[in-house]
Amino acid sequence: MTREIVVSAHPLDGLLRADRLPHIWCPGCGLGSTMACLANAMAESAIPTDQHVVVSGIGCSGRVAGYLKVDSFHTTHGRAIPFATGLKLANPELEVTVFSGDGDLFAIGGNHFIHAARRNIDLNVICVNNFNYGMTGGQAGPTTPMGARSTTTPLGNAEPAFNLPHLAASLGAVFVARWTSLHVRQLEKAMRRAMEKDGFTFIEVLSPCPVGFGKSNDIGEGLDEMWMYRKNCDIDPGIDLSRAGIDMKHDSTIALGNFVDIERPAFRPAGGGR
Amino acid sequence: MAVSVAERVLTGQHFMNGDTACAEGALAAGCSFFAGYPITPSTEIAERLARRLPEVGGCYVQMEDELGSMAAVLGASWAGAKAMSATSGPGFTLMMENIGLGVMTETPCVVVDVQRGGPSTGLPTLVSQADVMQAKWGSHGDFEPIAYSPSSPQEMFDLTIKAFNAAERYRTPVFVMGDEVVGHMTERVTIPPPGEIETVDRKRPSAPPNDGWLPYAAGKDLVPAMPRAGEGYNIHVTGLTHDERGYPTNDPQVHDRLVRRLSRKVQANAQQICEFEKLHTDDAETVVIAYGATARAARQAVLAARERGIRAGLFRLITLWPFPRGAIKELTNTARRFVVAEMNLGQVAREVERYTRRPISWVTHAGGAMFAPEPILRAIMEARP
Amino acid sequence: MSGAQVRIPLDSSVVRVPVGQVYVLPERCKGCRFCIEFCPEQVLAESAGMNAKGYHYPVVAEGKEDACVNCRFCKLVCPEFAIYTEEL
Repeated sequence: MTREIVVSAHPLDGLLRADRLPHIWCPGCGLGSTMACLANAMAESAIPTDQHVVVSGIGCSGRVAGYLKVDSFHTTHGRAIPFATGLKLANPELEVTVFSGDGDLFAIGGNHFIHAARRNIDLNVICVNNFNYGMTGGQAGPTTPMGARSTTTPLGNAEPAFNLPHLAASLGAVFVARWTSLHVRQLEKAMRRAMEKDGFTFIEVLSPCPVGFGKSNDIGEGLDEMWMYRKNCDIDPGIDLSRAGIDMKHDSTIALGNFVDIERPAFRPAGGGR
Repeated sequence: MAVSVAERVLTGQHFMNGDTACAEGALAAGCSFFAGYPITPSTEIAERLARRLPEVGGCYVQMEDELGSMAAVLGASWAGAKAMSATSGPGFTLMMENIGLGVMTETPCVVVDVQRGGPSTGLPTLVSQADVMQAKWGSHGDFEPIAYSPSSPQEMFDLTIKAFNAAERYRTPVFVMGDEVVGHMTERVTIPPPGEIETVDRKRPSAPPNDGWLPYAAGKDLVPAMPRAGEGYNIHVTGLTHDERGYPTNDPQVHDRLVRRLSRKVQANAQQICEFEKLHTDDAETVVIAYGATARAARQAVLAARERGIRAGLFRLITLWPFPRGAIKELTNTARRFVVAEMNLGQVAREVERYTRRPISWVTHAGGAMFAPEPILRAIMEARP
Repeated sequence: MSGAQVRIPLDSSVVRVPVGQVYVLPERCKGCRFCIEFCPEQVLAESAGMNAKGYHYPVVAEGKEDACVNCRFCKLVCPEFAIYTEEL
């Protein structure tokens, strides 16, 4: 081998709107890595890329739709899941992935998450959890750990956070996983597994957000949070999910894994429909 | 009415209620997707479609709320379906968010609002016409809505078809502003054979997918071609303001250009879209303006006035938006005064005021009961000098 | 016999460890250092120079020219699509 070779195109550029790079995400943000895993998973899946559709909501995570070169829909805050439901029911041949953030999917979008999971609509839901509302400057959200600081919790968050895999599993999601933007290999594999499965799948991806969360919560740069994942994450797919909450403290363990992988009939409209 | 017919178009004479007629109109127009939430007095539309859509290979889904319903309607439209929802005031309010998304992304779809007394929970089982201005201004930002106002179950059928056609032609959400009286009344509805029903489909791209194609570039008709998800066009659709590639932009000039085009694509075609009915207006001194259920009473009042020798006429709005300002201005030349009768506190009257200096009598109430002809006749008589 | 000799696989003459070539798009890099710090073989180091935005991008470290095994971790973890490897 030699030294590095400088080039001007990347093998995944074909699946990206490369004319829009560099993307808007901060240095150290894990969204780009998560998007790379998704692009790879789409390319490696048995499904033709023309059939892949990505639907996102509002927030930094929501911007993924704008960078992927497939039919992509950047919808309203919290409404990616019902929009995706409409797409999927009107054309069941589409492989529909919902890619959004913790606030979009679980605060304003919480009700839609609950019902789509209950119905077992065949959607791949990917939630990038950075523990805050990043796009709007770092406000607390439903996954912000108790006690954490944010622009709307300057005295420390008084609310407990959701435990997303526990929530998703309790609603009957047929595949529930949590990885981080460091665990890219397992994450990409989990995404491919979700695409294969018929029914409502859910993958939580932890991501650094140095500007919105890390710097106010004793974590520092994106790299520091990645080291924290390296140190504190424990791959424990058999864990009792009620104990899989995250507090993002330096001495706490974070459980990762493909926690649930079951079969349940996916939603079919009454009377057959399409 | 028991139905087990697997045909889209129930050709023939029917004795049908307005909501049912609306559902049948949707099917005749090619609707294949309904997402909604039960709300009086529109629920019968959902119930009818829950039975009929699966029969014709379509999809009915009851969503968890109206926010989700409207989102699902847009998603289905992007998958290529003619999609609709039906609701009343409180649900219409919840749908406003994604109606805006539909406008911004130029997504064809139909929303039926069977109006009831408001504000808020209001009079759930009783009529009003109080959502007229909401159809125009309910979603934030500037845009030009298209809204139809049926006065009978027959028009619930006919105008729903027109609404779907306008949605496809102009690539925008279109409203059918029914009301509880027209929705719940039962009357004769004639359904023609399919060959006699005009249906319009959205403009499709003229070439296969290629890298240079601009999804939001429009020609002289100001309406871009619309692909379906899954065909390889790799279109990016966003509620953010965007350029002709569909990419989000911060540029105020690009934003202005887009928002103006979205408005102009309807305004420039107002002549074709606007519909109204005139009764005895040619020589009328006093013109009554009414729409929806109220127009039925207004017609009686005008005929009664004529019998008394008063030169009265009726101008019935069939489209509420775009507002037929040209026709109103024209009437100003011959009419001396107007009477606007409506089941709200003067929403159309306020609009008429903008286009005429002639005196206007407002005959209004907040809803709850159908107008009888008498108050309208009284206003016609009192309006004379 | 030394421990190293005992541990040589019997098919080691047939099976080879992959050798990878690193490709970089310096102008895309935002200096997050994920690739540098998490490369399993520690192949990468920070460049001396900067790209147009002022970030130091990854370069192959001194003495590490043959160390890349094409595990492609950097290709997946880089948030900017600024680095990848291919098997030589």
